[in-house]
Amino acid sequence: MSALLEARGLNKSFGAVTAARDIDISVAPHEIVGIIGANGAGKTTFVNMVTGWLKPTSGRILYEGHDIVGRTPRQITRLGICRSFQVAQIFGSASVFDNLLIALGIAEARGLAALRLLRRPDLADKADALLARYGIADYRDQSAGTLPQGVRKLLDIAMAMVAAPKVLLLDEPTSGISSDEKFELMDVVMGALKEDGVTVLFIEHDMEIVGRYVSRVVAFYQGEIICDAPPLVALADPKVKEFVIGEDLHNQTLLQGGVLQEAPDARG
Amino acid sequence: METTRDWTIPGVTVGFAAVAVLGLLFLPDWLMNLTVIAFARALAVVGLMVLWRTGLVSFGHALYFGLGAYTVALLGKDDGISEVLITLPAATLVAATVGLFLGFIVRRYREIFFAMLSLAFSMVLYGILVKTEALGSTDGFNVRTPTFLGFAPEDAGTTLRAIFLVLCALCWTVAVLVHRYLQSTLGRLTTAIRDNEIRVEYLGYSVAQAIHGKYVMSAALAGLGGGILAIALGQVDPDSMVNWTVSGELVFVTILSGPGSVAAPFIGSMIYELIRTYAFEWLPHAWQLIVGVTLLSIIFFLPGGVWSLLARLRRREVE
Repeated sequence: MSALLEARGLNKSFGAVTAARDIDISVAPHEIVGIIGANGAGKTTFVNMVTGWLKPTSGRILYEGHDIVGRTPRQITRLGICRSFQVAQIFGSASVFDNLLIALGIAEARGLAALRLLRRPDLADKADALLARYGIADYRDQSAGTLPQGVRKLLDIAMAMVAAPKVLLLDEPTSGISSDEKFELMDVVMGALKEDGVTVLFIEHDMEIVGRYVSRVVAFYQGEIICDAPPLVALADPKVKEFVIGEDLHNQTLLQGGVLQEAPDARG
Repeated sequence: METTRDWTIPGVTVGFAAVAVLGLLFLPDWLMNLTVIAFARALAVVGLMVLWRTGLVSFGHALYFGLGAYTVALLGKDDGISEVLITLPAATLVAATVGLFLGFIVRRYREIFFAMLSLAFSMVLYGILVKTEALGSTDGFNVRTPTFLGFAPEDAGTTLRAIFLVLCALCWTVAVLVHRYLQSTLGRLTTAIRDNEIRVEYLGYSVAQAIHGKYVMSAALAGLGGGILAIALGQVDPDSMVNWTVSGELVFVTILSGPGSVAAPFIGSMIYELIRTYAFEWLPHAWQLIVGVTLLSIIFFLPGGVWSLLARLRRREVE
Protein backbone atom coordinates (compact mmCIF):
# COMPACT_ATOMS: atom_id res chain seq x y z
CA MET A 1 0.00 0.00 0.00
CA SER A 2 1.40 3.42 -0.89
CA ALA A 3 2.26 5.75 1.97
CA LEU A 4 -0.18 8.41 3.10
CA LEU A 5 2.43 10.27 5.12
CA GLU A 6 6.19 10.06 4.75
CA ALA A 7 9.15 11.75 6.37
CA ARG A 8 12.41 11.53 4.44
CA GLY A 9 15.76 12.51 5.91
CA LEU A 10 14.13 14.90 8.36
CA ASN A 11 16.50 16.96 10.50
CA LYS A 12 15.86 19.69 13.03
CA SER A 13 18.43 21.60 15.04
CA PHE A 14 17.99 24.30 17.66
CA GLY A 15 21.43 25.87 17.67
CA ALA A 16 23.84 23.18 18.84
CA VAL A 17 21.04 20.85 19.91
CA THR A 18 19.82 18.32 17.37
CA ALA A 19 16.20 17.47 18.06
CA ALA A 20 15.68 15.28 14.98
CA ARG A 21 18.30 13.43 12.97
CA ASP A 22 17.63 11.66 9.67
CA ILE A 23 14.06 10.73 10.48
CA ASP A 24 12.56 8.33 7.92
CA ILE A 25 9.00 7.19 8.52
CA SER A 26 6.38 5.93 6.13
CA VAL A 27 2.80 5.61 7.33
CA ALA A 28 0.17 3.73 5.32
CA PRO A 29 -3.53 4.66 5.32
CA HIS A 30 -5.47 3.44 8.40
CA GLU A 31 -2.32 2.53 10.32
CA ILE A 32 -2.18 3.25 14.03
CA VAL A 33 1.36 4.14 14.95
CA GLY A 34 2.65 4.66 18.48
CA ILE A 35 5.55 7.04 18.93
CA ILE A 36 7.53 6.39 22.08
CA GLY A 37 10.65 7.80 23.64
CA ALA A 38 11.97 9.41 26.80
CA ASN A 39 11.45 13.13 27.42
CA GLY A 40 13.50 15.15 24.95
CA ALA A 41 13.81 12.24 22.51
CA GLY A 42 12.31 14.29 19.66
CA LYS A 43 8.74 12.94 19.53
CA THR A 44 6.93 16.25 19.87
CA THR A 45 9.48 17.93 17.59
CA PHE A 46 8.53 15.38 14.93
CA VAL A 47 4.80 16.03 15.42
CA ASN A 48 5.41 19.79 15.38
CA MET A 49 7.27 19.48 12.07
CA VAL A 50 4.56 17.35 10.47
CA THR A 51 1.86 19.80 11.55
CA GLY A 52 3.75 22.90 10.42
CA TRP A 53 4.58 24.42 13.81
CA LEU A 54 8.29 23.89 13.21
CA LYS A 55 10.12 23.99 9.91
CA PRO A 56 12.66 21.18 9.48
CA THR A 57 16.29 22.21 9.06
CA SER A 58 16.39 19.78 6.15
CA GLY A 59 14.42 16.88 4.73
CA ARG A 60 10.98 16.38 3.27
CA ILE A 61 7.53 15.57 4.60
CA LEU A 62 5.26 14.08 1.97
CA TYR A 63 1.50 13.89 2.39
CA GLU A 64 -0.30 12.04 -0.38
CA GLY A 65 2.91 12.43 -2.37
CA HIS A 66 3.13 16.23 -2.00
CA ASP A 67 5.82 17.99 0.00
CA ILE A 68 4.20 19.97 2.83
CA VAL A 69 7.34 21.48 4.35
CA GLY A 70 6.97 25.24 4.72
CA ARG A 71 3.19 25.18 4.94
CA THR A 72 1.49 26.79 7.93
CA PRO A 73 -0.44 24.79 10.55
CA ARG A 74 -3.77 25.98 9.15
CA GLN A 75 -2.80 25.00 5.60
CA ILE A 76 -1.79 21.56 6.79
CA THR A 77 -5.02 21.27 8.78
CA ARG A 78 -6.97 22.15 5.63
CA LEU A 79 -5.06 19.44 3.74
CA GLY A 80 -6.27 16.82 6.20
CA ILE A 81 -3.64 16.49 8.95
CA CYS A 82 -4.99 17.46 12.36
CA ARG A 83 -3.66 17.14 15.88
CA SER A 84 -4.46 17.16 19.55
CA PHE A 85 -2.11 18.44 22.21
CA GLN A 86 -0.38 17.24 25.35
CA VAL A 87 -2.07 20.13 27.16
CA ALA A 88 -5.58 20.22 25.70
CA GLN A 89 -6.06 23.29 23.50
CA ILE A 90 -9.66 24.35 23.94
CA PHE A 91 -11.63 27.59 24.27
CA GLY A 92 -11.82 27.88 28.04
CA SER A 93 -14.47 30.59 28.28
CA ALA A 94 -16.93 28.82 25.96
CA SER A 95 -19.15 25.85 26.75
CA VAL A 96 -18.20 22.39 25.48
CA PHE A 97 -21.00 22.63 22.92
CA ASP A 98 -19.79 26.05 21.74
CA ASN A 99 -16.22 24.75 21.43
CA LEU A 100 -17.45 22.19 18.92
CA LEU A 101 -19.72 24.69 17.23
CA ILE A 102 -16.79 27.07 16.67
CA ALA A 103 -14.66 24.19 15.37
CA LEU A 104 -17.45 23.16 12.97
CA GLY A 105 -17.90 26.77 11.88
CA ILE A 106 -14.20 27.12 11.08
CA ALA A 107 -14.22 23.83 9.17
CA GLU A 108 -16.77 25.28 6.72
CA ALA A 109 -15.40 28.85 6.85
CA ARG A 110 -14.05 29.59 3.41
CA GLY A 111 -14.59 33.08 2.02
CA LEU A 112 -18.02 34.46 2.82
CA ALA A 113 -19.05 31.20 4.51
CA ALA A 114 -17.19 32.55 7.56
CA LEU A 115 -20.05 35.03 7.92
CA ARG A 116 -22.73 32.34 8.19
CA LEU A 117 -24.55 32.14 11.50
CA LEU A 118 -22.91 29.75 13.92
CA ARG A 119 -26.03 28.78 15.83
CA ARG A 120 -27.75 26.81 13.10
CA PRO A 121 -29.72 23.57 13.50
CA ASP A 122 -27.45 21.62 11.12
CA LEU A 123 -24.26 22.61 12.96
CA ALA A 124 -25.91 22.02 16.33
CA ASP A 125 -26.90 18.49 15.27
CA LYS A 126 -23.32 17.78 14.19
CA ALA A 127 -21.97 19.14 17.47
CA ASP A 128 -24.40 17.00 19.47
CA ALA A 129 -23.41 13.93 17.42
CA LEU A 130 -19.74 14.58 18.23
CA LEU A 131 -20.54 15.04 21.91
CA ALA A 132 -22.28 11.67 21.94
CA ARG A 133 -19.55 9.94 19.95
CA TYR A 134 -16.78 11.07 22.28
CA GLY A 135 -18.84 10.40 25.41
CA ILE A 136 -18.94 13.99 26.64
CA ALA A 137 -22.62 14.81 26.14
CA ASP A 138 -23.11 15.14 29.91
CA TYR A 139 -20.76 18.14 29.87
CA ARG A 140 -22.50 19.84 26.92
CA ASP A 141 -23.29 23.15 28.60
CA GLN A 142 -20.39 23.23 31.04
CA SER A 143 -17.69 25.84 30.60
CA ALA A 144 -14.70 24.14 28.97
CA GLY A 145 -12.33 25.86 31.39
CA THR A 146 -13.82 23.95 34.32
CA LEU A 147 -13.70 20.45 32.80
CA PRO A 148 -11.84 17.51 34.36
CA GLN A 149 -8.60 16.59 32.60
CA GLY A 150 -9.97 13.52 30.82
CA VAL A 151 -12.93 15.41 29.37
CA ARG A 152 -10.65 18.22 28.22
CA LYS A 153 -8.56 15.67 26.34
CA LEU A 154 -11.65 14.16 24.72
CA LEU A 155 -12.91 17.60 23.72
CA ASP A 156 -9.50 18.47 22.28
CA ILE A 157 -9.54 15.31 20.16
CA ALA A 158 -13.18 15.79 19.13
CA MET A 159 -12.31 19.33 17.96
CA ALA A 160 -9.36 17.99 15.97
CA MET A 161 -11.69 15.50 14.28
CA VAL A 162 -14.23 18.11 13.20
CA ALA A 163 -12.39 18.77 9.93
CA ALA A 164 -12.63 15.03 9.06
CA PRO A 165 -8.85 14.62 8.72
CA LYS A 166 -7.14 11.69 7.04
CA VAL A 167 -4.27 11.79 9.53
CA LEU A 168 -4.58 12.56 13.23
CA LEU A 169 -1.60 13.13 15.49
CA LEU A 170 -2.28 12.73 19.20
CA ASP A 171 0.29 14.15 21.59
CA GLU A 172 0.16 12.09 24.79
CA PRO A 173 -3.61 11.60 24.94
CA THR A 174 -3.47 9.97 28.37
CA SER A 175 -1.02 12.29 30.11
CA GLY A 176 -2.50 13.67 33.30
CA ILE A 177 -5.25 11.02 33.28
CA SER A 178 -5.61 8.63 36.21
CA SER A 179 -4.80 4.98 35.51
CA ASP A 180 -8.46 4.08 36.13
CA GLU A 181 -9.65 6.42 33.39
CA LYS A 182 -6.99 6.01 30.72
CA PHE A 183 -8.30 2.80 29.10
CA GLU A 184 -11.85 4.09 29.19
CA LEU A 185 -10.69 7.27 27.44
CA MET A 186 -8.61 5.42 24.87
CA ASP A 187 -11.44 2.97 24.13
CA VAL A 188 -13.72 5.90 23.33
CA VAL A 189 -11.10 7.68 21.23
CA MET A 190 -9.77 4.70 19.30
CA GLY A 191 -13.29 3.35 18.71
CA ALA A 192 -14.34 6.65 17.15
CA LEU A 193 -11.15 7.03 15.13
CA LYS A 194 -11.27 3.48 13.76
CA GLU A 195 -14.88 3.99 12.75
CA ASP A 196 -13.79 7.05 10.76
CA GLY A 197 -10.88 5.16 9.18
CA VAL A 198 -8.39 7.78 10.29
CA THR A 199 -4.65 7.15 10.20
CA VAL A 200 -3.36 7.81 13.70
CA LEU A 201 0.08 8.61 15.05
CA PHE A 202 0.17 9.05 18.77
CA ILE A 203 2.87 9.92 21.21
CA GLU A 204 2.57 7.90 24.38
CA HIS A 205 4.65 7.21 27.47
CA ASP A 206 2.35 4.51 28.81
CA MET A 207 3.49 1.21 27.36
CA GLU A 208 0.30 -0.57 28.35
CA ILE A 209 -1.60 1.85 26.12
CA VAL A 210 0.94 1.42 23.33
CA GLY A 211 0.81 -2.36 23.57
CA ARG A 212 -2.95 -2.44 23.49
CA TYR A 213 -3.87 0.02 20.75
CA VAL A 214 -1.15 0.42 18.14
CA SER A 215 -0.27 -1.68 15.12
CA ARG A 216 3.28 -0.37 14.95
CA VAL A 217 5.76 1.32 17.27
CA VAL A 218 8.34 3.94 16.36
CA ALA A 219 10.84 4.55 19.16
CA PHE A 220 12.86 7.77 19.38
CA TYR A 221 16.08 8.34 21.24
CA GLN A 222 18.09 11.57 21.12
CA GLY A 223 16.36 12.70 17.94
CA GLU A 224 16.86 9.41 16.09
CA ILE A 225 14.60 6.47 15.38
CA ILE A 226 16.05 3.45 17.15
CA CYS A 227 13.26 1.02 16.37
CA ASP A 228 10.32 0.81 13.95
CA ALA A 229 8.42 -2.46 14.33
CA PRO A 230 5.16 -4.07 15.49
CA PRO A 231 4.58 -3.58 19.23
CA LEU A 232 5.51 -7.08 20.38
CA VAL A 233 8.85 -6.81 18.63
CA ALA A 234 9.51 -3.15 19.41
CA LEU A 235 8.74 -3.36 23.11
CA ALA A 236 11.07 -6.32 23.43
CA ASP A 237 13.88 -4.66 21.52
CA PRO A 238 17.00 -4.30 23.71
CA LYS A 239 17.58 -0.69 22.66
CA VAL A 240 13.98 0.24 23.40
CA LYS A 241 14.18 -1.49 26.76
CA GLU A 242 17.39 0.31 27.62
CA PHE A 243 16.72 3.81 26.30
CA VAL A 244 12.96 4.17 26.32
CA ILE A 245 11.23 1.89 28.78
CA GLY A 246 13.91 0.97 31.29
CA GLU A 247 14.38 -2.63 32.35
CA ASP A 248 12.54 -2.42 35.69
CA LEU A 249 9.58 -0.58 34.34
CA HIS A 250 9.51 -2.90 31.36
CA ASN A 251 9.18 -5.95 33.56
CA GLN A 252 6.66 -4.43 35.90
CA THR A 253 4.25 -2.73 33.56
CA LEU A 254 4.37 -4.83 30.44
CA LEU A 255 4.57 -8.30 31.88
CA GLN A 256 2.28 -7.71 34.83
CA GLY A 257 -0.12 -5.77 32.65
CA GLY A 258 -0.25 -8.72 30.28
CA VAL A 259 0.77 -6.74 27.24
CA LEU A 260 3.66 -9.05 26.29
CA GLN A 261 2.38 -12.37 27.58
CA GLU A 262 2.63 -13.93 24.17
CA ALA A 263 6.13 -12.68 23.43
CA PRO A 264 8.58 -15.01 25.11
CA ASP A 265 11.59 -13.05 23.86
CA ALA A 266 10.29 -10.01 25.66
CA ARG A 267 11.05 -11.60 28.98
CA GLY A 268 14.55 -12.49 28.13
CA MET B 1 -31.83 22.96 18.72
CA GLU B 2 -32.34 24.60 22.09
CA THR B 3 -31.92 28.33 21.87
CA THR B 4 -32.58 31.17 24.22
CA ARG B 5 -34.34 34.00 22.44
CA ASP B 6 -31.94 36.76 21.43
CA TRP B 7 -33.60 40.11 22.09
CA THR B 8 -30.71 42.27 20.92
CA ILE B 9 -32.04 43.26 17.49
CA PRO B 10 -35.62 43.92 18.64
CA GLY B 11 -34.12 45.74 21.64
CA VAL B 12 -31.85 48.06 19.68
CA THR B 13 -34.60 48.66 17.10
CA VAL B 14 -37.11 49.76 19.74
CA GLY B 15 -34.37 51.58 21.64
CA PHE B 16 -33.12 53.72 18.77
CA ALA B 17 -36.65 54.34 17.46
CA ALA B 18 -37.65 55.54 20.94
CA VAL B 19 -34.54 57.72 21.26
CA ALA B 20 -35.18 59.24 17.83
CA VAL B 21 -38.88 59.99 18.41
CA LEU B 22 -38.63 61.08 22.05
CA GLY B 23 -35.47 63.03 21.25
CA LEU B 24 -37.17 65.04 18.53
CA LEU B 25 -40.20 65.68 20.71
CA PHE B 26 -38.69 66.40 24.11
CA LEU B 27 -34.89 66.78 24.12
CA PRO B 28 -33.55 70.29 24.60
CA ASP B 29 -30.81 71.26 22.17
CA TRP B 30 -27.99 70.92 24.73
CA LEU B 31 -29.03 67.36 25.55
CA MET B 32 -29.51 66.45 21.90
CA ASN B 33 -26.06 67.82 21.18
CA LEU B 34 -24.66 65.74 24.01
CA THR B 35 -26.44 62.65 22.66
CA VAL B 36 -24.95 63.24 19.20
CA ILE B 37 -21.44 63.49 20.66
CA ALA B 38 -22.03 60.37 22.78
CA PHE B 39 -23.41 58.29 19.90
CA ALA B 40 -20.65 59.43 17.50
CA ARG B 41 -18.07 58.27 20.04
CA ALA B 42 -20.07 55.08 20.63
CA LEU B 43 -19.67 54.10 16.97
CA ALA B 44 -15.89 54.02 17.48
CA VAL B 45 -16.37 52.17 20.77
CA VAL B 46 -18.36 49.41 19.03
CA GLY B 47 -15.22 48.66 17.00
CA LEU B 48 -13.03 48.77 20.09
CA MET B 49 -15.44 46.40 21.79
CA VAL B 50 -14.94 43.87 19.00
CA LEU B 51 -11.16 44.19 19.44
CA TRP B 52 -11.49 43.94 23.22
CA ARG B 53 -13.47 40.70 22.88
CA THR B 54 -10.52 39.44 20.84
CA GLY B 55 -8.20 40.33 23.72
CA LEU B 56 -6.79 43.45 22.05
CA VAL B 57 -6.85 47.00 23.38
CA SER B 58 -5.96 49.87 21.06
CA PHE B 59 -4.74 53.11 22.59
CA GLY B 60 -4.56 54.73 19.18
CA HIS B 61 -7.97 54.68 17.56
CA ALA B 62 -8.03 58.47 17.63
CA LEU B 63 -5.98 57.99 14.45
CA TYR B 64 -9.06 56.70 12.63
CA PHE B 65 -11.43 58.99 14.51
CA GLY B 66 -9.32 61.94 13.36
CA LEU B 67 -8.96 60.63 9.82
CA GLY B 68 -12.75 60.43 9.54
CA ALA B 69 -13.18 63.92 10.97
CA TYR B 70 -10.52 65.52 8.75
CA THR B 71 -11.84 63.69 5.66
CA VAL B 72 -15.27 65.25 6.16
CA ALA B 73 -13.72 68.63 6.89
CA LEU B 74 -11.37 68.53 3.90
CA LEU B 75 -14.08 67.45 1.48
CA GLY B 76 -16.07 70.53 2.47
CA LYS B 77 -13.15 72.95 2.42
CA ASP B 78 -13.30 75.83 -0.06
CA ASP B 79 -16.96 75.26 -0.98
CA GLY B 80 -16.39 71.58 -1.54
CA ILE B 81 -18.69 68.65 -0.80
CA SER B 82 -20.98 68.83 2.22
CA GLU B 83 -23.47 66.08 1.35
CA VAL B 84 -23.43 63.55 4.20
CA LEU B 85 -24.27 60.77 1.76
CA ILE B 86 -20.79 61.36 0.30
CA THR B 87 -18.76 62.72 3.21
CA LEU B 88 -19.62 60.04 5.77
CA PRO B 89 -18.95 57.06 3.46
CA ALA B 90 -15.71 58.80 2.43
CA ALA B 91 -14.69 59.21 6.08
CA THR B 92 -15.40 55.52 6.69
CA LEU B 93 -13.54 54.46 3.56
CA VAL B 94 -10.42 56.53 4.25
CA ALA B 95 -10.18 55.22 7.82
CA ALA B 96 -10.79 51.63 6.66
CA THR B 97 -8.12 51.93 3.95
CA VAL B 98 -5.50 53.23 6.37
CA GLY B 99 -6.57 50.50 8.82
CA LEU B 100 -6.14 47.93 6.07
CA PHE B 101 -2.52 48.97 5.46
CA LEU B 102 -1.54 49.42 9.12
CA GLY B 103 -3.33 46.18 9.93
CA PHE B 104 -0.56 44.25 8.18
CA ILE B 105 1.79 45.54 10.88
CA VAL B 106 -0.34 45.59 14.03
CA ARG B 107 -1.83 42.12 13.49
CA ARG B 108 1.52 40.60 14.43
CA TYR B 109 1.51 42.16 17.90
CA ARG B 110 -0.43 41.48 21.08
CA GLU B 111 -1.06 43.02 24.47
CA ILE B 112 0.96 46.12 25.36
CA PHE B 113 2.82 46.09 22.02
CA PHE B 114 -0.44 46.19 20.07
CA ALA B 115 -1.73 49.02 22.28
CA MET B 116 1.44 51.09 22.05
CA LEU B 117 1.92 50.55 18.31
CA SER B 118 -1.58 51.87 17.71
CA LEU B 119 -0.79 54.85 19.92
CA ALA B 120 2.43 55.52 18.03
CA PHE B 121 0.60 55.64 14.68
CA SER B 122 -2.00 58.05 16.04
CA MET B 123 0.71 60.34 17.43
CA VAL B 124 2.37 60.44 14.01
CA LEU B 125 -0.87 61.80 12.50
CA TYR B 126 -1.22 64.20 15.43
CA GLY B 127 2.29 65.48 14.82
CA ILE B 128 1.62 65.97 11.11
CA LEU B 129 -1.63 67.85 11.73
CA VAL B 130 -0.10 70.11 14.36
CA LYS B 131 2.69 71.08 11.97
CA THR B 132 0.50 71.53 8.87
CA GLU B 133 -0.51 75.15 8.58
CA ALA B 134 -2.69 74.48 5.54
CA LEU B 135 -4.93 72.44 7.88
CA GLY B 136 -5.02 75.13 10.54
CA SER B 137 -2.24 73.64 12.63
CA THR B 138 -3.30 73.42 16.33
CA ASP B 139 -6.37 75.62 15.69
CA GLY B 140 -7.81 73.35 13.01
CA PHE B 141 -10.51 74.71 10.71
CA ASN B 142 -14.26 74.90 10.31
CA VAL B 143 -16.44 72.23 8.74
CA ARG B 144 -19.09 73.20 6.25
CA THR B 145 -22.72 72.94 7.31
CA PRO B 146 -23.90 69.57 6.01
CA THR B 147 -26.61 68.84 3.49
CA PHE B 148 -28.80 65.77 3.71
CA LEU B 149 -29.79 64.31 0.31
CA GLY B 150 -29.64 67.87 -1.01
CA PHE B 151 -31.63 69.31 1.90
CA ALA B 152 -29.76 72.22 3.45
CA PRO B 153 -31.10 73.11 6.92
CA GLU B 154 -31.59 76.82 7.41
CA ASP B 155 -30.66 77.12 11.06
CA ALA B 156 -28.45 75.41 13.64
CA GLY B 157 -31.39 73.79 15.43
CA THR B 158 -32.67 72.08 12.27
CA THR B 159 -29.14 70.98 11.38
CA LEU B 160 -28.75 69.44 14.82
CA ARG B 161 -32.04 67.55 14.50
CA ALA B 162 -31.12 66.29 11.05
CA ILE B 163 -27.73 65.08 12.30
CA PHE B 164 -29.47 63.46 15.28
CA LEU B 165 -31.87 61.56 13.04
CA VAL B 166 -29.16 60.42 10.62
CA LEU B 167 -27.01 59.36 13.54
CA CYS B 168 -29.82 57.33 15.16
CA ALA B 169 -30.35 55.51 11.84
CA LEU B 170 -26.60 54.89 11.46
CA CYS B 171 -26.23 53.66 15.03
CA TRP B 172 -29.13 51.24 14.57
CA THR B 173 -27.61 49.95 11.32
CA VAL B 174 -24.17 49.50 12.88
CA ALA B 175 -25.60 47.80 15.99
CA VAL B 176 -27.63 45.34 13.91
CA LEU B 177 -24.79 44.55 11.48
CA VAL B 178 -22.15 44.15 14.19
CA HIS B 179 -24.51 41.99 16.26
CA ARG B 180 -25.15 39.81 13.22
CA TYR B 181 -21.39 39.64 12.63
CA LEU B 182 -20.76 38.55 16.21
CA GLN B 183 -23.19 35.65 15.72
CA SER B 184 -21.22 34.37 12.74
CA THR B 185 -18.18 32.09 12.75
CA LEU B 186 -15.92 35.09 12.16
CA GLY B 187 -17.64 36.95 14.97
CA ARG B 188 -17.17 34.06 17.39
CA LEU B 189 -13.48 34.14 16.49
CA THR B 190 -13.21 37.09 18.86
CA THR B 191 -13.39 35.28 22.19
CA ALA B 192 -11.98 32.12 20.59
CA ILE B 193 -8.80 33.97 19.59
CA ARG B 194 -8.58 35.57 23.03
CA ASP B 195 -8.91 32.11 24.63
CA ASN B 196 -6.59 30.12 22.41
CA GLU B 197 -4.89 31.30 19.22
CA ILE B 198 -3.11 27.97 18.76
CA ARG B 199 -6.38 26.05 18.59
CA VAL B 200 -7.82 28.50 16.04
CA GLU B 201 -4.78 27.99 13.78
CA TYR B 202 -4.98 24.21 14.19
CA LEU B 203 -8.66 24.26 13.31
CA GLY B 204 -7.63 25.79 10.00
CA TYR B 205 -8.24 29.56 10.33
CA SER B 206 -5.65 32.31 10.15
CA VAL B 207 -5.57 34.25 13.42
CA ALA B 208 -3.69 37.09 11.69
CA GLN B 209 -6.37 37.42 9.00
CA ALA B 210 -9.17 37.32 11.56
CA ILE B 211 -7.52 40.05 13.65
CA HIS B 212 -6.80 42.09 10.53
CA GLY B 213 -10.46 42.01 9.54
CA LYS B 214 -11.58 43.10 12.98
CA TYR B 215 -8.98 45.88 13.01
CA VAL B 216 -10.22 47.23 9.66
CA MET B 217 -13.80 47.06 10.90
CA SER B 218 -12.90 49.00 14.04
CA ALA B 219 -10.98 51.57 11.98
CA ALA B 220 -13.98 52.06 9.67
CA LEU B 221 -16.36 52.54 12.60
CA ALA B 222 -13.98 55.01 14.27
CA GLY B 223 -13.74 56.92 10.96
CA LEU B 224 -17.52 57.06 10.70
CA GLY B 225 -17.81 58.28 14.31
CA GLY B 226 -15.13 60.92 13.76
CA GLY B 227 -16.84 62.09 10.58
CA ILE B 228 -20.15 62.59 12.35
CA LEU B 229 -18.51 64.37 15.26
CA ALA B 230 -16.81 66.77 12.85
CA ILE B 231 -20.17 67.56 11.26
CA ALA B 232 -21.85 67.97 14.65
CA LEU B 233 -19.16 70.22 16.13
CA GLY B 234 -18.61 72.17 12.91
CA GLN B 235 -14.88 72.23 13.52
CA VAL B 236 -11.87 69.93 13.53
CA ASP B 237 -8.57 70.34 15.34
CA PRO B 238 -5.82 67.90 16.35
CA ASP B 239 -6.43 68.08 20.09
CA SER B 240 -10.11 67.23 20.04
CA MET B 241 -9.91 64.65 17.25
CA VAL B 242 -6.52 62.93 17.14
CA ASN B 243 -4.67 63.50 20.41
CA TRP B 244 -3.90 60.52 22.65
CA THR B 245 -6.49 61.77 25.14
CA VAL B 246 -9.17 61.05 22.53
CA SER B 247 -7.91 57.47 22.27
CA GLY B 248 -7.93 57.31 26.06
CA GLU B 249 -11.55 58.46 26.15
CA LEU B 250 -12.52 55.77 23.65
CA VAL B 251 -10.84 53.09 25.78
CA PHE B 252 -12.46 54.58 28.90
CA VAL B 253 -15.92 54.32 27.36
CA THR B 254 -15.17 50.78 26.14
CA ILE B 255 -14.36 49.69 29.70
CA LEU B 256 -17.32 51.61 31.10
CA SER B 257 -19.66 49.99 28.58
CA GLY B 258 -18.39 46.42 28.78
CA PRO B 259 -18.15 43.88 25.96
CA GLY B 260 -21.50 42.19 26.65
CA SER B 261 -23.63 43.62 23.85
CA VAL B 262 -23.57 45.96 20.85
CA ALA B 263 -26.04 48.13 22.75
CA ALA B 264 -23.56 48.66 25.60
CA PRO B 265 -21.31 51.28 23.89
CA PHE B 266 -24.30 53.57 23.26
CA ILE B 267 -25.43 53.39 26.88
CA GLY B 268 -21.87 53.62 28.21
CA SER B 269 -21.01 56.57 25.99
CA MET B 270 -24.15 58.43 27.08
CA ILE B 271 -23.31 57.82 30.74
CA TYR B 272 -19.75 59.05 30.14
CA GLU B 273 -20.94 62.26 28.49
CA LEU B 274 -23.38 62.95 31.32
CA ILE B 275 -20.72 62.28 33.98
CA ARG B 276 -18.25 64.49 32.17
CA THR B 277 -20.74 67.32 31.65
CA TYR B 278 -21.92 67.38 35.26
CA ALA B 279 -18.42 66.82 36.64
CA PHE B 280 -17.25 69.83 34.65
CA GLU B 281 -20.13 71.90 36.00
CA TRP B 282 -19.52 70.94 39.63
CA LEU B 283 -15.74 70.82 39.60
CA PRO B 284 -14.51 72.80 36.58
CA HIS B 285 -10.86 72.54 37.60
CA ALA B 286 -10.90 68.94 38.79
CA TRP B 287 -13.57 67.21 36.72
CA GLN B 288 -11.04 64.54 35.77
CA LEU B 289 -11.09 63.48 39.42
CA ILE B 290 -14.74 62.40 39.16
CA VAL B 291 -14.12 60.67 35.83
CA GLY B 292 -11.12 58.85 37.33
CA VAL B 293 -13.07 57.71 40.38
CA THR B 294 -15.83 56.46 38.07
CA LEU B 295 -13.31 54.39 36.10
CA LEU B 296 -11.84 52.95 39.29
CA SER B 297 -15.31 52.03 40.53
CA ILE B 298 -16.10 50.27 37.26
CA ILE B 299 -12.84 48.30 37.37
CA PHE B 300 -13.34 47.26 41.01
CA PHE B 301 -17.09 46.66 41.13
CA LEU B 302 -18.24 46.16 37.53
CA PRO B 303 -15.38 44.65 35.52
CA GLY B 304 -17.92 43.66 32.85
CA GLY B 305 -19.01 47.31 32.49
CA VAL B 306 -22.47 48.82 32.88
CA TRP B 307 -23.89 46.16 30.58
CA SER B 308 -23.03 43.49 33.13
CA LEU B 309 -25.11 45.41 35.68
CA LEU B 310 -28.09 45.42 33.32
CA ALA B 311 -27.56 41.72 32.57
CA ARG B 312 -27.38 41.00 36.31
CA LEU B 313 -30.62 42.87 36.96
CA ARG B 314 -32.35 41.02 34.14
CA ARG B 315 -31.17 37.65 35.50
CA ARG B 316 -32.50 38.55 38.94
CA GLU B 317 -35.87 39.44 37.39
CA VAL B 318 -36.03 36.06 35.64
CA GLU B 319 -35.19 34.22 38.89
